[in-house]
Amino acid sequence: MNTDMGYKCTVTNIVRLTRQEKLFQIRIIDPVERALFRFRPGQFLMLELPGYGEVPISISSSSSNHEFLELCIRKAGSVTSALFNAGEGTRVAIRGPFGSSFPMDEMAGHNVLLIAGGLGIAPLRAPLFWINEHRNRFLDVSLLYGAKDPSQLLFTWQFNEWDMISHIGLHTIVEQGTEEWTGKTGMITELFNDIAIDPATTYAIVCGPPVMFKFVCGYLDRLGIPMNRMFVSLERRMHCGMGKCCRCMVGSTFTCIDGPVFDYWSVMNLKEAI
Amino acid sequence: MIYKIISKAEFKRFIDALVRSNSSFGPRMVDTDSRGEAVYQFQPVSSVDEIAFDYTRTASSAKHFFLPFRQELSRFHFHDDDWDQKVSYEADPVVLFGLRACDISALNILDDVLLNGHFPSAYYLAKRKNTFVIGMDHLPLPDCFCKSMNHHTVPTGFNLFCSDIGDEYYLAINSSKAFNFLREFETRDPQYDENCRLAERRKLISSSFRTEIDVTGLPAILDIEFDSPVWKKWGDKCLSCGTCAMVCPTCYCYSVEESFEPDLQSSSRQKRLYSCNLVDFAAVAGGHNFRPKNGDRLKYRYYHQHRGFAENANQQICVGCNRCGKACLAGINPKDVINDLRLEKDTCTTSVSSSPARS
Repeated sequence: MNTDMGYKCTVTNIVRLTRQEKLFQIRIIDPVERALFRFRPGQFLMLELPGYGEVPISISSSSSNHEFLELCIRKAGSVTSALFNAGEGTRVAIRGPFGSSFPMDEMAGHNVLLIAGGLGIAPLRAPLFWINEHRNRFLDVSLLYGAKDPSQLLFTWQFNEWDMISHIGLHTIVEQGTEEWTGKTGMITELFNDIAIDPATTYAIVCGPPVMFKFVCGYLDRLGIPMNRMFVSLERRMHCGMGKCCRCMVGSTFTCIDGPVFDYWSVMNLKEAI
Repeated sequence: MIYKIISKAEFKRFIDALVRSNSSFGPRMVDTDSRGEAVYQFQPVSSVDEIAFDYTRTASSAKHFFLPFRQELSRFHFHDDDWDQKVSYEADPVVLFGLRACDISALNILDDVLLNGHFPSAYYLAKRKNTFVIGMDHLPLPDCFCKSMNHHTVPTGFNLFCSDIGDEYYLAINSSKAFNFLREFETRDPQYDENCRLAERRKLISSSFRTEIDVTGLPAILDIEFDSPVWKKWGDKCLSCGTCAMVCPTCYCYSVEESFEPDLQSSSRQKRLYSCNLVDFAAVAGGHNFRPKNGDRLKYRYYHQHRGFAENANQQICVGCNRCGKACLAGINPKDVINDLRLEKDTCTTSVSSSPARS
């Protein structure tokens, strides 16, 4: 693994998703490094823009795609702002992949419930691709996705593919609707009324703002889904990715090496985690 | 380990030869504090006369020789629309003289953190293996509590350790390099009498501690007392300045920063030692801060030192030097905070009824 020196990449495509978010497609330049780079759904990498700095970004593309990586980036700080001004052809570097992943093999043979809030859809896209590619291994798969308003919903062009082609039951909701919005409005927990959940055979993946975890996981807990079958992806500002800088440390747990994917049992026992 | 006896005069000749031919650092008096007490620091030394053999404790620890406040991790040189990245793990050989047992224990803890696990730090390793560490025992200061943390003696982590047994030093030689250096000086094997004097010296050190902190079961108490008002009490005093982490021999948290050189032809990625007491330590992109209050951050520091690390490496990270307590501008020290926590616990246990009698 490349820990101190990154793999050099070229930005091959940029898609503007919202005012604040863009999807960057990057390609590792060296063919040997490209062939060596492997990741599992849920892992993240450190994206470097030399001179500006590094940011931890979860990988949003399919783990079986070895040609390029997709990174959904929100303009939130100095490095991501500089990236927003970068065009196609810009060179960046990546270190990693780092961290734990969603247990896709363990989930096989079960129903899967993916719940995303806002930018939380970005790390869930890799497991969604995985499920698409191994659809016959999973029972019912549902994606509950909420955002502040319709313009904040990301990856809308893939909704049809997920829903109709991959048979992933897609349910969306926004907190504030618009005149054009014909879907549901309210909090994401209202979507639970639309689906039947069999706690005995369901795994859940939850990703979103910290406030969402307690409500959503609390609800799933009351339904009877065991806490070790609910997975969350935590956000922290990692500086090293290797369990050394401690910036992402919660108690005795490093979000960068023990996480970012945790089962809910571990997190609910972890003070200050969510 | 090989043990030898060396006279103090011969030992000084040995140290003089060593520091004259190597880049060396040792304790030197650099100032006096507001009470007129000497302030010592590890400083460059080029002869034995510059070393304060009777020093008490350096204001900041020897950590900075291994974890500099700023350290370049890599450098980018730009050309056209591309760059070359250079990473260097080189470190110059250094002799470090006069570390106390707890200071060496702190290095052993840093070894645990930075050399074990999936991602050993090559930057730290280069400095650690190129530093010749000479330890010296000492009688504790009134506020030292390294005995409470079990770090008043140290079995490993040094090249040479000297115990003062009167007119001579009892040497513990822990590396072939140290053994070879000493070949050219007059030493002899310890006899029964010297072994007794070493035992007496250790007993004296052990019995001289005036500060004790009961740390038994502390990890569990910290867990239970997560919402204790003690954290607000001390948090309200804390200035969030980060001085405690800077002088601590084991605090290793850092941030990574990058900057362009003024000519825009190159840039540098540097790590900078940080403190979990600084306000933005747990801030994430977008402005959310997981530990916004002073008390939250102070608590986290104690958690990392006495619980988190204990869970990961089976030992508490604090070595009991009390540099943090001495340097704290707000007068916060581990003894008071930990005792307060224990008092909090004792107060509530006294109000609990006794265990039911067996029927």
